[in-house]
Amino acid sequence: MTTPNEPLLSVQDLQKYFPVTKGLLKRQVGAVKAVDGISFDVFKGETLGVVGESGCGKSTMGRLVTRLLEPTGGKVLFEGQDITHMSQGRLRPLRRDMQMIFQDPFSSLNPRHTVGAIVGAPFRIQGIKTEHGTKKAVQDILELVGLNPEHYNRYPHEFSGGQRQRIGIARTLALKPKMIIADEPVSALDVSIQAQVVNLLEDLQNELDLTYVVIAHDLSVVRHISDRVAVMYLGKLVELADRKDLYESPMHPYTNALMSAVPIPDPARRNDRERIRLQGDVPSPLSPPPACRFHTRCWKAQAICKVEEPPLVELATRHQVACHFPENVPQEAAEAVSA
Amino acid sequence: MSFLELKDLKIHFPTDDGLVKSVDGLTFSLERGSTLGIVGESGSGKSVTSLGILGLHKGGHARISGEIWLDGEELVSASQEHVRGLRGKKMAMIFQDPLSAMHPYYTVGDQIVEAYRIHHSVSKKVARKHAIDMLGRVGIPEPGRRVDAYPHEFSGGMRQRAMIAMALSCDPELLIADEPTTALDVTVQAQILDLMRDLQREFNSALIIITHDLGVVAELSDDILVMYGGKCIEYGAAEDIFYRPEHPYTWGLLGSMPRLDRERTERLMPIKGSPPSLINIPPGCAFHPRCPYSDRTQGKADTEVPALLETEGGHLVRCHMPREERRSLWENEIKPMLETT
Ligand SMILES: Nc1ncnc2c1ncn2[C@@H]1O[C@H](COP(=O)(O)OP(=O)(O)OP(=O)(O)O)[C@@H](O)[C@H]1O
Ligand SMILES: Nc1ncnc2c1ncn2[C@@H]1O[C@H](COP(=O)(O)OP(=O)(O)OP(=O)(O)O)[C@@H](O)[C@H]1O
Ligand code: SF4
Ligand code: SF4
Ligand SMILES: [Mg+2]
Ligand SMILES: [Mg+2]
Repeated sequence: MTTPNEPLLSVQDLQKYFPVTKGLLKRQVGAVKAVDGISFDVFKGETLGVVGESGCGKSTMGRLVTRLLEPTGGKVLFEGQDITHMSQGRLRPLRRDMQMIFQDPFSSLNPRHTVGAIVGAPFRIQGIKTEHGTKKAVQDILELVGLNPEHYNRYPHEFSGGQRQRIGIARTLALKPKMIIADEPVSALDVSIQAQVVNLLEDLQNELDLTYVVIAHDLSVVRHISDRVAVMYLGKLVELADRKDLYESPMHPYTNALMSAVPIPDPARRNDRERIRLQGDVPSPLSPPPACRFHTRCWKAQAICKVEEPPLVELATRHQVACHFPENVPQEAAEAVSA
Repeated sequence: MSFLELKDLKIHFPTDDGLVKSVDGLTFSLERGSTLGIVGESGSGKSVTSLGILGLHKGGHARISGEIWLDGEELVSASQEHVRGLRGKKMAMIFQDPLSAMHPYYTVGDQIVEAYRIHHSVSKKVARKHAIDMLGRVGIPEPGRRVDAYPHEFSGGMRQRAMIAMALSCDPELLIADEPTTALDVTVQAQILDLMRDLQREFNSALIIITHDLGVVAELSDDILVMYGGKCIEYGAAEDIFYRPEHPYTWGLLGSMPRLDRERTERLMPIKGSPPSLINIPPGCAFHPRCPYSDRTQGKADTEVPALLETEGGHLVRCHMPREERRSLWENEIKPMLETT
């Protein structure tokens, strides 16, 4: 049982290294440090947004906390229970509580199964009896996500992208989860449909008291949907703060650069914006830069950034950042850093 | 006559399921040195339009009618060979996925050299020098060495740069960029958009940028064309589209999009339903099944296709609702809702 101040999900120094092998004998020649020591908590009823560019480890993180992947190191606690290396058998009841929504509404649904079979599968797998039968339960869920319950016998290809994403969401809701990890739930959808799904996720959260971790690369969507936001760069958590603080006074240079790179839909502002332009692409996670991983692209980098990794520290209330020379730091905290 | 003019362009595809009216009567013009942004949801006909201008539907099963005038020459009636000869020098295209547009077995340099030598009778050595110059211009580090790399050896951002270098190598007068940054990370996207803006100023080419991202069009476009179901439903200066849009679909696009440059809204205002199938375009106004105002058009919404009419100063709107009503809806209901809540 969790008390109000105890996190629903707690991630401690989580790591995932994927071995890189070579040749017929699959000799290991290195490792992709996809997630390299990240820690955060998620509290009941909140939405934690996770942003970062392609390959920074967002999906891997999601798969680790739902135990679709086995962590290399660190800990995952769900409702205070250590699930890091829990066997699949013992995980099974927990799988009901923690569900995952995937990006691609096309490939994540079995084309040969009807909507009813897809959404009803969790009941059968978990061997759950419902009061008025599975069909009724499934139809109720379809209605909840804004689909016509009469579409019970239809197949995924008969639905549009947004409707398919609703089917995916319906499936995760079947077992009344406590927490949903949504990995890019709207990025494959058209703008008008994105907004429908975002609103649906919000309504369901209010109605069912859900806790979300929403992974997305779109900073505008993440601001809209999240209470707190985590920023990842090359397997590391570089900043974590309440939404308003993160968007109004970002401290990490990378977060600042990310925000200023977002195109603004206002033609009058195209020439008057202060922009931070980063050089180059994100380096390969096979051989990430030492110490601060952002130093190869950071305009504030100094000698220390190349030799000493900045720890993630709280520099303002509920605002953590990993940088030797952060921006927007309150005065006292700035003095503490330089001391 | 403008540098580029489309007149009632139609591109239809006969299929087993019926006739797909991908582009259904598109008219617009574009001058040298200016940028047109084309926005619309998936399947609205954006890519078919751009491939059509480049003549890439010729010889296929597409039924093409209407006119495309490029620098005084009509292209719909021109032969396939003739249009092929214009590609590269007169017009060029940047695709969303550079890997599909580049040959995997040739080095990046060889591909630029090849394209350049079609239009310029120079030695391989001179063309190679030009390729290295172009790669440097688009910001590829160490172009003298990278010129011999294969496409798969480049990162996504570098590939897109190489593709832009290839498209620009013959200094095309018309450049069409179809979702040039959709596959890229936002920091790399910003670099590419800067690059395109700079290069266009330098070459004074006409640029068409196609995207579903209203932020990207706002960054680059002088004029914007909004497509829905194969038709233009609103057209105007970028300021018209963002500050005084008059079509309910454009309002819907704006309301669907969370914005970083504004106070956070509590709730997005999505458009109900989903985009139409182009085989079964709804009768009358194609947007009517999704439009909250379809009852305000004297019963014409589902019977009569609205015409694309000028509302003021080159701003065109395809909607039956009387102009005053549209304007007052925007000013009094939609705009306040987008700005606050
Ligand atoms: N099964 C795997 N084996 C080897 N490497 C992997 C595996 N899964 C992911 N990786 C690598 O780990 C890194 C992080 O990948 P991940 O998919 O978590 O990134 P992401 O942040 O979700 O990116 P995107 O925004 O593109 O989805 C990448 O470099 C990726 O190539
Ligand atoms: N060769 C073809 N034969 C038949 N139909 C086609 C062909 N090419 C395109 N279409 C159809 O024409 C319509 C418009 O396609 P188009 O590629 O122009 O869309 P788009 O606006 O570029 O969408 P997206 O944003 O997804 O790229 C689609 O319904 C598509 O299926
Ligand atoms: S630690 Fe140094 S290199 Fe890293 S983000 Fe901060 S200033 Fe930049
Ligand atoms: S014509 Fe009618 S249905 Fe179409 S956009 Fe205008 S108001 Fe809506
Ligand atoms: Mg991912
Ligand atoms: Mg397209």
